[in-house]
Amino acid sequence: MELTERIEAYLNGEMSESEFQAFENLRATNPAVDQQVVAHQAFLASLDGYGRKKKLISAMNAIHETLDIHSIKADVMPTSTLIKILWNKYKVNAAIAASVAIIAVYTSLFSTGYFSHNATKSDMNLLRREVKREIGEVKKDQKEIMRNMEGVPVNPGRFGGTGFALTSDGYVVTNSHVVKGADSVYIQNYKGEAYKVDVVFEDAVYDVAILRINDTNFTSFGNIPYTFKKSLSDVSEDVFTVGFPKDDPVFGKGYLSSKTGFNGDTTEYQVDISVNNGNSGGPLLDNKGNVIGVVKGKQSLADGTGFAVKSKYVLAAIESLKSSSQNSKININKRNSLAGLSTVDQVKKVEDFIFLVKVY
Amino acid sequence: MSREIKSSVPEDNEVILGILNDSKSTLEGIYKSYFPMVLQLVITNSGSDDDAKDIFQEAVIVLYDKVKGGNFELNSKLKTFLYSVCRRLWLKRLNVKSRSSANITDFEDVLAVEHDLEYHEEKDRQFKQMDEALAHLGEPCRTIIEEFYINNKSMQEICEIFGYTNADNAKNQKYKCLQRLKKLFFQA
Repeated sequence: MELTERIEAYLNGEMSESEFQAFENLRATNPAVDQQVVAHQAFLASLDGYGRKKKLISAMNAIHETLDIHSIKADVMPTSTLIKILWNKYKVNAAIAASVAIIAVYTSLFSTGYFSHNATKSDMNLLRREVKREIGEVKKDQKEIMRNMEGVPVNPGRFGGTGFALTSDGYVVTNSHVVKGADSVYIQNYKGEAYKVDVVFEDAVYDVAILRINDTNFTSFGNIPYTFKKSLSDVSEDVFTVGFPKDDPVFGKGYLSSKTGFNGDTTEYQVDISVNNGNSGGPLLDNKGNVIGVVKGKQSLADGTGFAVKSKYVLAAIESLKSSSQNSKININKRNSLAGLSTVDQVKKVEDFIFLVKVY
Repeated sequence: MSREIKSSVPEDNEVILGILNDSKSTLEGIYKSYFPMVLQLVITNSGSDDDAKDIFQEAVIVLYDKVKGGNFELNSKLKTFLYSVCRRLWLKRLNVKSRSSANITDFEDVLAVEHDLEYHEEKDRQFKQMDEALAHLGEPCRTIIEEFYINNKSMQEICEIFGYTNADNAKNQKYKCLQRLKKLFFQA
């Protein structure tokens, strides 16, 4: 403290000649003291600078208080009357420019195909199959095959998907996107037996549709071997599906990879399984023979990302069908006859209840 | 769309002298002559009245520091210098707010003032540090320090304010306070 006092006296020139000399000597010989002098001087300088700035600011604030900001602003800023004059003068031009812009925007959107259906297609591929009518060589080949298949409608349909039996008396589940915009719908099993069906329920949000066979030839599917799982399945569970990406059933095997689907959709599972166009609407079964979902689509730009609607929403669809129509006798199967069988036997049993859905 | 700002502008040389002498009327003259120009700049470029006030006052501080530091060469108009500093400061704020950068509607000629502002930023940092240190110092230390070092009151006067019986007590108190302030200042 005494040193600080001396430093201040030294800096302010309040020392006598002899004191001053003594201090100069001390500074020269003792670098620690010298450093303290320099530091103190710098500190006082910044304190002084602080004080001056404080005073300057308060002086300026005082001046600012006396100013009439509004009148200055009015002086400085272009007034609104000027804007009005300009607007009156140029509003015709502005209107023309705006309409040209609108026309240009819509023309370019139209010409780039923004309004066609393709553009609204998302990253998510819904897996119904478009049945192409080939021409030339291929068509000839097909004719030869078809000639041998009597009793099968020659027209292959506009779209194809998969469906599976819900009850033994002719209710079938598929995706609503499979039967969307359908004139008429037929189902066909792997033996080639086809029935006409009516779409009795459609829910585009959960992508579930329920069909009912409307055909005098039909009697019964027989006992349904699988049950519908009410609870959620666990990630990594082995699953399989059977579907109709072509006119014969195709088996696909995989595992549940996530409890949420496309873009985190909680109504879907994500499944690592190989599925293709035509698999839509097929059952997703676990290894105990429970239907845990309905295959729905896959992500076009990512590997191993199939999606399936959770079985919970199929059950919900049945409930709302029951309540909306008088037909309340939709009894879904409660007895599972697949548990404990090998996958080969499970597929054999299940195959009878899975159909190619043909949409005209 | 801009209008010429008409007001009586003081001679630049007189202003510089006035700044060196801490003349109140000079400061008032600067404020009244040049604030409208800065208000115009800031408001046109999406700022408010208060923004204009902050920016202008900061620029005046830069000017004062520069003049008092003795390195102000009058090779451009004072008006141009103030305008350039304000413009630079406002651009910087706009960037921080990440609004439209780069583009600013100009009303005056512009000088390169980056160097001055670097120096100013350093000073500004010190100022804030000191402000903080003083705020943490607490009473009566703060008043003692301010009265003695900033307002240049004598120890005798400070004794009277605080009712110390003798000047030595006050002096001891002052040194203790200074020691604490230093510690706070260099800690930050």
